[in-house]
Amino acid sequence: MESQMKVLVTVKEVAVVQDGFEIAGTEIDDTYLSYDLNEWDNYAVEEAVQLAEAGDDVEVVAVTIGPERSEETIRAALAKGADRAVRIWDDAIADAELLDVETKAQLLGTVVEREEPDLVLSGVQANDDNFGATGVALAEEVGFQWAAVVNALDTGNVLEEGVASVRRELEGGVEELTDIDLPAVLTIQTGINEPRYASLRGIRQAQSKEISTWTIGDLGLTEDVAESSLNITAMYKPESESDAEYFDGDADKQAAQLADILRDKEVVAE
Amino acid sequence: MTVFVVADHRRGDLRDVSFELLTAGRELADAAGTDLHAAVISGDTDAFADKLNREGVDAIHVVDYGEEFNHDVYAQAATSLVENLGVDFLVVPNSVNGLDYAPAVASRVDWPYVSDAVDLGYVDGTLEITREMYGSKVETTVAIDDGPVVVSIRGAEWPPAEGDGDAVVSTFDADIDEDTVGSTVTGFEEADGGDVDISEAEFLVSIGRGIEEEENLELVEELVDVTDAILSSSRPVVDNGWLPENRQVGQSGKQVAPDVYLAIGISGAVQHVAGMKNSDTIIAINTDPNAPIFDIADYGIVGDLFDVVPELIEQFGGTPPDI
Ligand SMILES: Cc1cc2nc3c(=O)[nH]c(=O)nc-3n(C[C@H](O)[C@H](O)[C@H](O)COP(=O)(O)OP(=O)(O)OC[C@H]3O[C@@H](n4cnc5c(N)ncnc54)[C@H](O)[C@@H]3O)c2cc1C
Repeated sequence: MESQMKVLVTVKEVAVVQDGFEIAGTEIDDTYLSYDLNEWDNYAVEEAVQLAEAGDDVEVVAVTIGPERSEETIRAALAKGADRAVRIWDDAIADAELLDVETKAQLLGTVVEREEPDLVLSGVQANDDNFGATGVALAEEVGFQWAAVVNALDTGNVLEEGVASVRRELEGGVEELTDIDLPAVLTIQTGINEPRYASLRGIRQAQSKEISTWTIGDLGLTEDVAESSLNITAMYKPESESDAEYFDGDADKQAAQLADILRDKEVVAE
Repeated sequence: MTVFVVADHRRGDLRDVSFELLTAGRELADAAGTDLHAAVISGDTDAFADKLNREGVDAIHVVDYGEEFNHDVYAQAATSLVENLGVDFLVVPNSVNGLDYAPAVASRVDWPYVSDAVDLGYVDGTLEITREMYGSKVETTVAIDDGPVVVSIRGAEWPPAEGDGDAVVSTFDADIDEDTVGSTVTGFEEADGGDVDISEAEFLVSIGRGIEEEENLELVEELVDVTDAILSSSRPVVDNGWLPENRQVGQSGKQVAPDVYLAIGISGAVQHVAGMKNSDTIIAINTDPNAPIFDIADYGIVGDLFDVVPELIEQFGGTPPDI
């Protein structure tokens, strides 16, 4: 049966770097990495689930490019209310040093062409590589309309009019009001909603929701898709540009020195 | 070969990054031995072209179409410029509008795209782009062997271009296909002023994600109380709904320049720094000695805010709350 509307949410498992990490070659030594759902995608998932709750029959499909480990992240999206998930992975992807924007857009684009969603929600950027480009590149790849850095979406207009009325968050507290024809990709900004925590029931249900796994071949693509003309030739810790004066000692000593500065600058009265 | 930059403007004004693009573009053009061209799309193009005519710019192309930024128009115009004018490097701002069209142009002309460059080098025919990853904890060099590229640059990393130029200004007919414009900008709105204007404050105590939980805000509120400061914050604190929007400092929040800015549990992300780097004195309290906020701080405490802030409250005769 056709649902009223289908929303695809792209989610990414991002690497979080621990303090004191080490770099091996052009990568961070993976003993210093932990993994989490990308901050921006968490808001995108919530926005999709809220659309599903507001509509009569809205299906939410989460899609990720990631290794088996990332199923944990995908389950988190399912536990919050996504109906099912697609995970793309392949040895050729694992071997690639860097997944460039074009590769991601092509991989995700094939899924979009198969699923034919009305709306795709992705995050503005990912915490780890902060490229900030996948959503718009994906829209271009599949010929959808798009809007980047969306911090409000009129749910009613999406469901009833087939138009995404959005606010784009510009610099300096200015918002642009824009209408976009569907189908479209929106890149979602943090703060657009209040992401829920998964309920126990949600977590239980997520266990039995379907995650289909597709290789490059399953998508009807060839391994060249993972090739890139970009090479990472160096990775290093930026040299500190700090010429700050540091206050040493225990917290009470540090606080005393800081208090002196504040008095000295005459921003705090005695 | 040409280095091509596309200016950024909004509501009648060129944004600062437009002039920084000219500097970045000129440096790259010098290294690669090419010309520097600039484009202005939409708006008061004549006036903009005049302002952009600074030293080092060889030519300026104006596309007269509409008033304000529309990504469909920009994507079409930039693609057409690239395809017709022999462009090799397209350099655009990593602004919110840059995010809205640059990836589409790269895809249309089938060039690689690299965003948020903080440095550009050109060595033996290879473009080397420096960019940050993992919340500025590492820098990487991304190299592109002979081939054109679309690259976006971070704001405030290059100085603005100065001096009068003698660029040739010409109109470019981008032949915009209106049928493919699927987005309509219907207006602009400015964020509410709210109860307090943090940009007026002399002393800002600013709190970040390091505070961990809403209940813990009591601690900084007490500090604000005893020091007569004004409370501001980084974005996550506002995103979580713990403080209202008018307290947010940064790119999408307020620009502030108080006498003293005390950043507590704030890492110093570029979008935050954009809003407070002009403060007279910057003091940071952070557990991570490598946090980028220390790069711009005048004074630093490497320490836990839950230890330091209670002591600071006591320094000013207050009693730290039990949290
Ligand atoms: C388009 C766009 C616009 C944006 N606009 C803004 C904006 O206007 N303003 C803004 O602020 N951000 C903005 N951001 C978000 C920005 O990129 C960062 O995500 C954000 O600034 C991070 O806030 P933070 O420093 O509080 O959090 P984090 O980066 O998570 O840093 C928390 C810091 O607290 C420290 N810490 C943790 N525990 C303690 C402790 N107990 N004691 C002391 N220190 C501790 C950590 O070491 C860390 O450095 C924007 C992003 C985008 C993409």
